[in-house]
Amino acid sequence: MSELLTRTFLTALISGGLIAGVSLMFTALGETISERAGVLNIGLEGMMLVGAYIGFVGAYYGHSFWVGFAAGIAGGAFASLFMVVLCVRLGLDQIVVGIAITLAGEGITSVLQDTQFGSTYPRLGAPPTVAIPLLSDIPVLGKSLFDQPLIVYLGLAAVGAVSWIFRRTNAGLNLRAAGEKPEALDAAGVSVVATRSYAALCTGAFAGLGGAYLSIVGAGTFTPFMTQGQGFMAIVIAMLARGKPLWVVMGSFLFGISLSVATALQLAGFNISTDVVNLLPFIAIMVALVAFARRSYLPPALALPYVRGAR
Amino acid sequence: MQDPDAPAVELVGITKQFPGVLANDDISLAVRHGEVHCLLGENGAGKSTLISILSGMVRPDAGEIRVGGKVAPIDSPRDALELGIGTVYQHSTLVRALTVLENLLLGETRGLRLNVEAARARLAEVAATLGVQIDADAPAGELALGRQQQVEIVKALWRGSRVLILDEPTSMLTPQGVAELQKVLRRLKETGISVIFITHKLHEALAVADRITILRAGRVVGVLDTAELAASSAEEVQARIVRLMFGEDSRAVADVAELRTDLEGEQAPVDDQPPDAGPLLALSRVSARPVGGFDPGLEDVSLEIAEGEILGVAGMDGNGQRSLAEVIAGERALSAGEIHLYGARVERLDVSARQKLGLRYVTDDRLGEGIVTSLPVSLNLFLKRIGQRPFWRHGRIERRSVEREARSLVESFDVRTPSVSTRAGALSGGNVQKVVLARELSFDPKVVVFNKPTYGLDLRTTSTVRELIRGLARGGGAALVISTDLDELLDLCGRILVLSRGRVVGEVENGPNAGERVGELMVGAGDVAAV
Amino acid sequence: MTGATTDTALAPETRPLEPAAPSRRFATDALDVVVRSIVPVLLALGAGAILLLALGRNPITFYSNVWKGGIELTAWQDSAIRAAPLLLIAVGLVVVFRANIWNLGYNGQFLLGAALISGLGPHLVATEPRWLALLLLFLVAGGAGAAWTLLPALLKARYETNEIITTLMMSFIGVGVANILIKGPFQDPSVNIPQTRVLPLNKMLPSIPGTRIHVGVIVALVAALLVHYVLTRTSFGLRLQILGANPRAARHVGVKVPRLIVMSFLVSGLLVGMAAAADILGTWGYVRANWNPAYGDTVIPFVFLARLNALALIPFVVFYAVLSTGGDLATQQANLSTDFLLVLVALILLFMTVIEYLGRRRALGASYLTPGLQQALRTSRLRRKASA
Repeated sequence: MSELLTRTFLTALISGGLIAGVSLMFTALGETISERAGVLNIGLEGMMLVGAYIGFVGAYYGHSFWVGFAAGIAGGAFASLFMVVLCVRLGLDQIVVGIAITLAGEGITSVLQDTQFGSTYPRLGAPPTVAIPLLSDIPVLGKSLFDQPLIVYLGLAAVGAVSWIFRRTNAGLNLRAAGEKPEALDAAGVSVVATRSYAALCTGAFAGLGGAYLSIVGAGTFTPFMTQGQGFMAIVIAMLARGKPLWVVMGSFLFGISLSVATALQLAGFNISTDVVNLLPFIAIMVALVAFARRSYLPPALALPYVRGAR
Repeated sequence: MQDPDAPAVELVGITKQFPGVLANDDISLAVRHGEVHCLLGENGAGKSTLISILSGMVRPDAGEIRVGGKVAPIDSPRDALELGIGTVYQHSTLVRALTVLENLLLGETRGLRLNVEAARARLAEVAATLGVQIDADAPAGELALGRQQQVEIVKALWRGSRVLILDEPTSMLTPQGVAELQKVLRRLKETGISVIFITHKLHEALAVADRITILRAGRVVGVLDTAELAASSAEEVQARIVRLMFGEDSRAVADVAELRTDLEGEQAPVDDQPPDAGPLLALSRVSARPVGGFDPGLEDVSLEIAEGEILGVAGMDGNGQRSLAEVIAGERALSAGEIHLYGARVERLDVSARQKLGLRYVTDDRLGEGIVTSLPVSLNLFLKRIGQRPFWRHGRIERRSVEREARSLVESFDVRTPSVSTRAGALSGGNVQKVVLARELSFDPKVVVFNKPTYGLDLRTTSTVRELIRGLARGGGAALVISTDLDELLDLCGRILVLSRGRVVGEVENGPNAGERVGELMVGAGDVAAV
Repeated sequence: MTGATTDTALAPETRPLEPAAPSRRFATDALDVVVRSIVPVLLALGAGAILLLALGRNPITFYSNVWKGGIELTAWQDSAIRAAPLLLIAVGLVVVFRANIWNLGYNGQFLLGAALISGLGPHLVATEPRWLALLLLFLVAGGAGAAWTLLPALLKARYETNEIITTLMMSFIGVGVANILIKGPFQDPSVNIPQTRVLPLNKMLPSIPGTRIHVGVIVALVAALLVHYVLTRTSFGLRLQILGANPRAARHVGVKVPRLIVMSFLVSGLLVGMAAAADILGTWGYVRANWNPAYGDTVIPFVFLARLNALALIPFVVFYAVLSTGGDLATQQANLSTDFLLVLVALILLFMTVIEYLGRRRALGASYLTPGLQQALRTSRLRRKASA
């Protein structure tokens, strides 16, 4: 009995953890890009939901998972346009607009889902996966860890790419300056507004992808408010990761596992109430925030709009 | 093709209007190749606006800019850089968290990868031209201020600029650092690069410039050739320039340090203190923990200020000045040592309590923490007395008392404001400082800490402020003047302490060569002060 | 960075920002207020109408249903009832937002307060006189709301930890804990549905004679007036304002910032908890599991529209209460999810920020922006003007 418990439990834990983790990873990666450029994106929850809904719709009607992912990216990017126009370009309060985007995202996707599908929740099938030879043959863990949809591997590659971009490219350097000291970037002749705009759009795109992953691969369908705070979790991960993409991956998977513990325990026959277990990720975050209170790193020019001539 | 006889850069009829202020009024000036051209004028005369226009930060309302004889509109910093105009701003534009190399590479948009090897080569090349040594991989934030400025000069010349603009470059430097800078300028001249040097200090202009353009209230009032000036005596030169800068009002500002022709400290006013009065303020082995990345805190600092004394604290930015001021004022806790006010220990008292005892603090960051811009002038005047009678009774505000007192203070300190209910943020810089002074110097001040009290102010206000400080001392109080401006300290103080990396590294009596001695202490003490 | 502002030697010291005649100034200000407050709402309703059309619903029918369900006949009383918790939460938000502190954890604070009093309520009202029980329950709810802000408050006061994140996380935890309590110790043993025991009607908050409106509304109005007085006329209110406008100046002038942060959080939480008390003890009498009215989410834009003024909040909240109550009917009739109101509210917020930008462009005086941002922009204008 105990052997069965372990296998079921572990498999469920890891696959569940991976799904939530991948979704968080995309979103948190996006937020990292924004934050390093000096834009605080509170609207992630809304962007994720928009990506989740549009992604699902894209996959459902387009009969293709890739169409779904692309739609999710587009949806998230569209939602972030508001951030770009209102906050980066017009200099309005990033927090207020972020709240507005979250509310709008939650509301609109709920209304659209209700209008379009009502109380039927059509499901997508499971997406095809790519198994890594050898590694996927490891007993117990292999199947869960190393047999994932292609997009996951692409995502991990994206993390590496972003890290490289930050450190080794002109665009990455300019982006970092936009977050540290926008006056310096302006004086060097690069538009701070343009740099931050691209950063914010990337964030939207990644958040949309994260949401789409959740609805397409994770649940196979869209339910209103389905992100359940994961957008905010992503912000925390980005903050704690101190702008380093590799730490974003680790943080995302840790939190992902805490999200999947509930289902895993239930599948394994443990009778812990869902409510208690659902609290775990948030409690984990609070614990992390308290433990690392002194050390979360935010770029100095975060959430301050850049106005040439202002000091 | 650039016309070799044309000036390197020329401004013709430049005009710029801001709401309520005509900053530049039909300004024309020409800078020749290989010339060090100085823009001299008091704060508020229009120098910064002109430079902003040349560097692309601000667009003029009228007029044109010519580079090498050809008309060249400059609409953004990028345009300026591409035209070969490089600017070193008064406030550092280095990103502290990035290395020197990364700071230099900043702003490149062509190509994907950072071209590190090419950058290293270029850095070596430019540094050699300037005659300086720079560590490419050091984080910019860890460099000494003088070295940081050198990096900024390298940056300004990075893309082969032929015109270098330096905006008040000596405000960051020790006297030795100023000498180093002058050497660099000479080398630049040799390579044919033109330098535009902005300053509000007469002796600086005379020391480095080939030609001086004098600005007053947004207009050019004179262009002088220093070679010609060599024929006249120092007093004649000073008188002539002061007359150009101030016209009939020159008497009002005649004694200000900025208008002296040289740095030599005059004998500071002798303090007559009663022989056995104890010090008004005494710090005994005070230490404070560093805060953030920029201030090293304090280490084992001891000092005493007697009644009627004006004590100076010299040292470059970032050596603990802020910590010193905040520890004395009560904003920051000390980690060791004692503070005695009138002989009694006060470390445990908070800001309000110390205020009530007569210990005041005039901050250097007027807009950032000195006033609350969204509140009216009247409330700003009593910000450190919140909850106290007669302005608040049982926690409730007494509007009439506040306004009455405010009006009286505004009058006695000559604060120009439409009314006491005007938002403090609407006032000009000089008047903001007057509000801060009115606040700190009202209700029986006794010991007042002044941090950069005249920074950025026009000369008339500067003169007024320094008189207020002297008046405070004459009246039996004491002043601690913290300033990076050596001229100011030599003008006001009888003794000058030198602060370096949070420690007092020496004390200098004002007198002949005091400035040099202070400079030596700053340099000798360690790398933060060096260069 | 040191202030590099400069004076101008000959030009007039200040620019004529304040118009001379006081009466003219009042008129400009009044027009100001109207434009900046009403226009975003109108625009949002308009955009909402377009959205309705896109979804195939009739906007005219929709909005007339809002009127019907929110005001006509006795519907206005339902709106007034709904205004009670909304106003209390809004007032609670005004207190912290003024200090530029973002207490976004109101949902968790609200539900915890609600769960606690609906669990303890039945016992208390059975053993104590009605007025005492209700008073104690108000205190319990307020205390719960306040207590739930403590951890984020301390983290911010001590470590400057971003309170947006901490309050949000605590909110999710709070909602979860509330549900656990409702399904667990507070579960009504006599029914199968996960909910608490229902308070008998005669033990709940009394109504205003002649109406269905419970006195919780009075409590809310009194709270708004009291908070307004404190914020605008007392030293505490001024300190809060300074903290919000310029935290560094606050420290400089001797405001005890960490203490102030904690106090404002606690007051905010107290008010949110009291909103829960007003709602449960006045309207519902019990709490069902997984119930989350999310009042705070929907009232936020009005907090900004009222320019963080507790008095100005009242008409705005009343407006939204009508919209919300009427909206229940309208969305039901239009076969639309009630979350449509969430969209309307978000639109109001978005239009408000746009009007804000336009208003700032034309220098229309005071703004919605958080004071920190206001100051940054004013500084830039000042610098550009004065750096000559």
